[in-house]
Amino acid sequence: MPSAREMRMRIRSVKNISQVTRALEAVSASKVRKAVAAVQATRPYATKAWQVLTHIAGQPGQATLHPLLSRRPEVRNVLVVVISSDRGLAGAYNTNIIRYATQRFEGLTANVSYIAVGRKGRDMLLRRRKQVIAEFSNLPPAPSFADVSAIGRLAVDDFLNGVADEVWLVYTDFINMVRQEPVVRKLLPLEIGEAQDRVQVFEHQHLKAAYIYEPGEREILDNIIPRFTALQVYQAILEAQASEHAARMVAMRNATDNALELVGQLQLDYNKARQQTITNDLLDIAGGAEALARANAQQ
Amino acid sequence: MPIRCEIVSQDKMVFEGDADIVILPGSEGEMGILPNHGPLLTSLKYGIITVRMGGREEHFTVAGGIAEVQPDIITILADAAENVEEIDVARAEAARKRAEEALAKGPPPDTDAYLAIEAALRRSNLRLEAAKRYRRSGPKPGRVGEER
Repeated sequence: MPSAREMRMRIRSVKNISQVTRALEAVSASKVRKAVAAVQATRPYATKAWQVLTHIAGQPGQATLHPLLSRRPEVRNVLVVVISSDRGLAGAYNTNIIRYATQRFEGLTANVSYIAVGRKGRDMLLRRRKQVIAEFSNLPPAPSFADVSAIGRLAVDDFLNGVADEVWLVYTDFINMVRQEPVVRKLLPLEIGEAQDRVQVFEHQHLKAAYIYEPGEREILDNIIPRFTALQVYQAILEAQASEHAARMVAMRNATDNALELVGQLQLDYNKARQQTITNDLLDIAGGAEALARANAQQ
Repeated sequence: MPIRCEIVSQDKMVFEGDADIVILPGSEGEMGILPNHGPLLTSLKYGIITVRMGGREEHFTVAGGIAEVQPDIITILADAAENVEEIDVARAEAARKRAEEALAKGPPPDTDAYLAIEAALRRSNLRLEAAKRYRRSGPKPGRVGEER
C-alpha cells in the first residue's frame, strides 16, 4: 500500500494529465472545424476535375493521346504517396494508414517506393525498412494548392521520366467526426475510375466520342492533366488533415475520460486509506486513555 | 430539352442549374453552347459567362479555367468565378486602386510581382465592368421588367 502522501501526488498528477488532454481536445475541436470547412469547400472542384480527367481517359484512342494516360505494358516500379501527420497523439491515425499502405502493396513483384507526407508516416515507413524516396513534412495548417503542388508535380515527373510505372495515393478519407477511413487510389496512369464520392453527381449519358479541343489538344491536355492530378493530391491532403484533427480530438476525449475515471478510483482508495489511519489513531488514543485511567485508579 | 450547367470555382460551387444556352468566353473567342453539343474541351479566358434559361439570364465573371461540354451537361472549372450579383464593388474598386498605385510607384522588383499586380488589376477591372453592365440593381438601372 503506498503512503497517503504518495497517493495524493499520484492523484494530482493524473488530474494534471486530464487537464492537458482536455485542452488538447479543445484545440483539435477548433482545428477540425476549420479543416472540415476547407475540405468541403474544395471537394466540388476536385471531384469535377477528376470527373473530367476520367472522361478524357475514357475516350477511344486515349492511350496515345497523352503520356499520362498510357498504361505501361510491364509494371516494374510502383510509387506510393502516403499521407500521414507530423504530430502524434492522434490515436491510431498514423498507425492505421501506414499499416493499410504497407499491407496493400506487400507481395508485389514490382519494386515499391514511397513518398511520405508527414513526419510520423516517414518514421514508421523507415522503421519497416521501406524505401522512401521523398519526404514532405511541416505542411502549414490548411495549406493552399501552391503549398503542396510540388508533391503532385514530383509524382507526375517521376511517372513521365520512367522512375515509376504506376502512381498510387493513400490517405485517410474524412467521412464524419467519428469515422475516417484509409483509402487507396490509382493516380497514374489515369483510368476510367470508380464512381466517386459524396459530391452529388448529375446523372447524364456520357458520350464516348472524341473531344473537340480548343485551343489545341496538346496545349489543353498538357495544361490540365498534370494540374488536375496534383489537385487530387491536394484534396487528399485536406481530407487527411481533417481526419487527423478529428482522430486527435476523439483520442484526447477518451484520454480525458480515462484520466477522470482513474482519479475517481484513486480518490476512493486514498479516502479509504485515510479513514483507516484515523481509526487506528483513535484506537491508539482510546487505548492510551484507558491505560492511564486504570493506572490512576490503582494508585 | 435544356442543358445542365455547373460552374465550380476552386473554393465553392458557384452555380448549378438548367439552361437553354450558355455563352462562354473561350480562349479562341466567345461561344454559345446549346443542348446536344458535341463533346468539347476548351480553356477559358477572363470574361463573362451568361446562362440563359427561359427569359432569365444569370451572369458570372470568370478568371480563366476550363470548360467540359457533353451533350447534356457543361462543367465549368473556373480558377475563380463569381455571380455578378454578388460582386463587392467597393472591394473591387479598392483592389484596382491598390494595383494602380503599385504600378505608379515604378516598375515592380521582379516578374512575379509584376504578374501579380497585373492579374489583380485585370480581375478588379473585370469585376467592375461586369457589375456596371450586368447588375440588375446598382449603379445602373435594371433592365425592363426585372426586379430584384
